[in-house]
Amino acid sequence: MTLLGLYNYWIYILLLVVGLYAVLVKSNYVKRMIGLGIFQAAVFLLFISMDKVEGGTGPIIRGIPDPDQLFSNPLPQVLILTAIVVGIAVTALGLALAIRIREEYGTIEENEIRRQDHEA
Amino acid sequence: MTLTEQLPILVVVLPMFVAPLLAVLASRGQLPWLVATITSALTFVIAVALTSQVMASGQIDYALGNWPVPFGIGLTIGPLSAMILMIVSGASTVALVAGRESMNAEVDPSHQALLYASWLLALTGLLGIAATGDAFNVFVFMEISSLASYVMVANGPKRQALTASFKYLVTGTLGATFYLVGVGYLYMMTGTLNIADMSVRLGEVSDTLPVMIAGGFIMLGLALKAALFPMHAWMPNAYQFAPTPVAIFFAACSTKVALFVMLRFQYELLLPNLGPHAVFLSSWLIPLCVGGFLVGSAVAMFERDLKRMLGYSSVAQLAYIVLGISLVSSAGITASMIHFFNHALIKAALFVAVAGMIVRFGSSNLDQLGGIGKRMPLTVLGFVLAGVSLIGVPLTAGFISKWYLIQAVLAEGVLGIVLTVLILLSSLMAVVYIWKVVEVAYFKEPADGHGGQAAITRQEAPLPLLVVLWVLVAANFWFGIDPSLPISLATQAAASLVGGIQ
Repeated sequence: MTLLGLYNYWIYILLLVVGLYAVLVKSNYVKRMIGLGIFQAAVFLLFISMDKVEGGTGPIIRGIPDPDQLFSNPLPQVLILTAIVVGIAVTALGLALAIRIREEYGTIEENEIRRQDHEA
Repeated sequence: MTLTEQLPILVVVLPMFVAPLLAVLASRGQLPWLVATITSALTFVIAVALTSQVMASGQIDYALGNWPVPFGIGLTIGPLSAMILMIVSGASTVALVAGRESMNAEVDPSHQALLYASWLLALTGLLGIAATGDAFNVFVFMEISSLASYVMVANGPKRQALTASFKYLVTGTLGATFYLVGVGYLYMMTGTLNIADMSVRLGEVSDTLPVMIAGGFIMLGLALKAALFPMHAWMPNAYQFAPTPVAIFFAACSTKVALFVMLRFQYELLLPNLGPHAVFLSSWLIPLCVGGFLVGSAVAMFERDLKRMLGYSSVAQLAYIVLGISLVSSAGITASMIHFFNHALIKAALFVAVAGMIVRFGSSNLDQLGGIGKRMPLTVLGFVLAGVSLIGVPLTAGFISKWYLIQAVLAEGVLGIVLTVLILLSSLMAVVYIWKVVEVAYFKEPADGHGGQAAITRQEAPLPLLVVLWVLVAANFWFGIDPSLPISLATQAAASLVGGIQ
C-alpha cells in the first residue's frame, strides 16, 4: 500500500533523474533543453502531489461552507503556476540561444562547437 | 504612510518599473544608459537610507500589500540584507558609470536599450533576494535575475558568449530547481513559506529526514548558483565572454547573493533544527572551500586572459567567504560578511581597470598588453593597488578580511593551523598572478603586432572610468584603515544569526 500510495513520488524521482541525466550527458543543446524541461516538470509534480488532501475537494467556496468539508491546499498549485511561467521563460530563452548558436557555429552539438573554438 | 516606510519595497520595484520603459525607448543614443544609471544610483541611495535605518533601530519588517505576514509575503531587512542591498546597488551603479564607453565599444547600439532593460531586471532580482523574507519569493527573484543575466552574458562581443550563456543557463536552472525542491520539502513539513515562520515551526519537526533532505537540496542548488568549487565551471566562462561592464557588475555581487541565501537558510533554519548538522556542514564545506581557493588561485596563475584570471580568482575568494560560513561560529560569519563587502570593492576595482584596458587596446589578453604600464600609468597603477588589496597587504581592505578570517579559523585548534597555512599559500598564489600582470605591464616592451616595437603613446582610460577606478581604490584603502562600517554591520548580523542557534 505505502509503495503504491507513493506512486506520484516515485514518478517524481524518476523524472528528476531522467531529466538530470539528459542535461548532464547529452551533447545536443536541444536535447539538453528537453532534459531541463523534464527535470522541472518533476518538481511541478512534487508540489502538485503534496497539495492533495485525502477526501478533499477543489478549494472553491460556494455559498456557506460546511465546517466538515475538506479542501485540497491551493497554495502549491499557485506556486507551481509561477514556476511553470519561469520554466517557459527558461525554455524559450534556451532555445533562442540554441538558434543563435546554430547561426554562429552551424551546429548545436557541443563536441563540434568545442572543436571549432579550439581551432580558432 | 510616509515614504520612508515604503523604502523596503521601493528599492526592489523601482528598477522593475523602469526596465520596460527602457525597452520601449529602444535606441535613442545614450538615453537608455542615462536612465539606467540614474535608476541604479537611486536604488543605491535608498539602500544607504535603509542601512542607516537598520543600524539605528534594528530589523525592518514590511508586509507586502498589508497582508499580515505568514499569509502574505513579508520583506525583512536586517543588517546583513542591508549590506547586500548596498553592495548590489553600489556595484551596479559603479559598473554603469564606468562602463559606458566599454559598452559602446562591445555592444551594438541597437541592442543597448534592451541590454540596459535586462540590467535593471537583474538588479531587481538581486535586490529582491536580499530584501524578501519568503522562501518561494527568493526562487522567483533568483530566476528574474538569472534570466536577465543570461541575456546580458549572451550579448558579449565574441561568439563564445552564446555558449557561455547557454552553460550558465543550464547550471543556473538546475541550481534554482534544486533549491525549489528543497523549499518544497520544507513546505511539506511546515506548511509555510515565510522564513521566520518556518524557523519557528521547524522546531516541532526538528531532526526529521525530510528536513535533512531539504537542507541537502537547498545547499546543492545554492552551491551551483554561487559557483562553489567544484561547480564553478560556468563562472570564469561567463565573466570572460560577457560584455565587460556586465562582468564588473556580476563579479562584485551576483554570486554573493546566493551565498547570502545560503547563510540565511543555514543559520536561521537548518542549524537550529538539525542536531548533528553543524558537523555535517563543516565536514562537507571545509574540504570544498580548501579545494576552491587552492584550485581557483592555482588556475588563475596560468590564465593569460585577465577577465578569466579574475574569474578564477573569484572562485578562490568566494571559497574564503564560504569557509567563514562553514566554521559555524560568530567569528566565522563576521569574517565572511566583512569579505562580502571588501571583495566587492576589490573585484569591482580590478574589473573596472580591465575594462579600461579593453576600451583602449581591444583585448584583455596579457600577450597583447605588453608595456601598458607606460601607456596608461594611472589605470594600471589602480589595477595594481586593487591587486595589493586582493592579496591582503596591511592598510588595505583585503587585509582586514584575511585578518578576521584567520582569527576565526585559528579558534578551531589544529585544523585551524592547517587551514591558516593553506590560506596563506593561496594568498601567495595571488601574489604570483598579480605580479604576472605587473611584469607584463611594466617590464615588457609594447609590441606593434609585427614583431617590432610600437611607439609609446599615452592612452589613459576614459575619464569617468578612471574616476570610478580611483574612487574604488581609495575605498579599498579607506576601509583598510578605518573598517568600522563593514565590521559593525557584520558583528550585528552575526550576533542575530548565531543567537538563533544557541
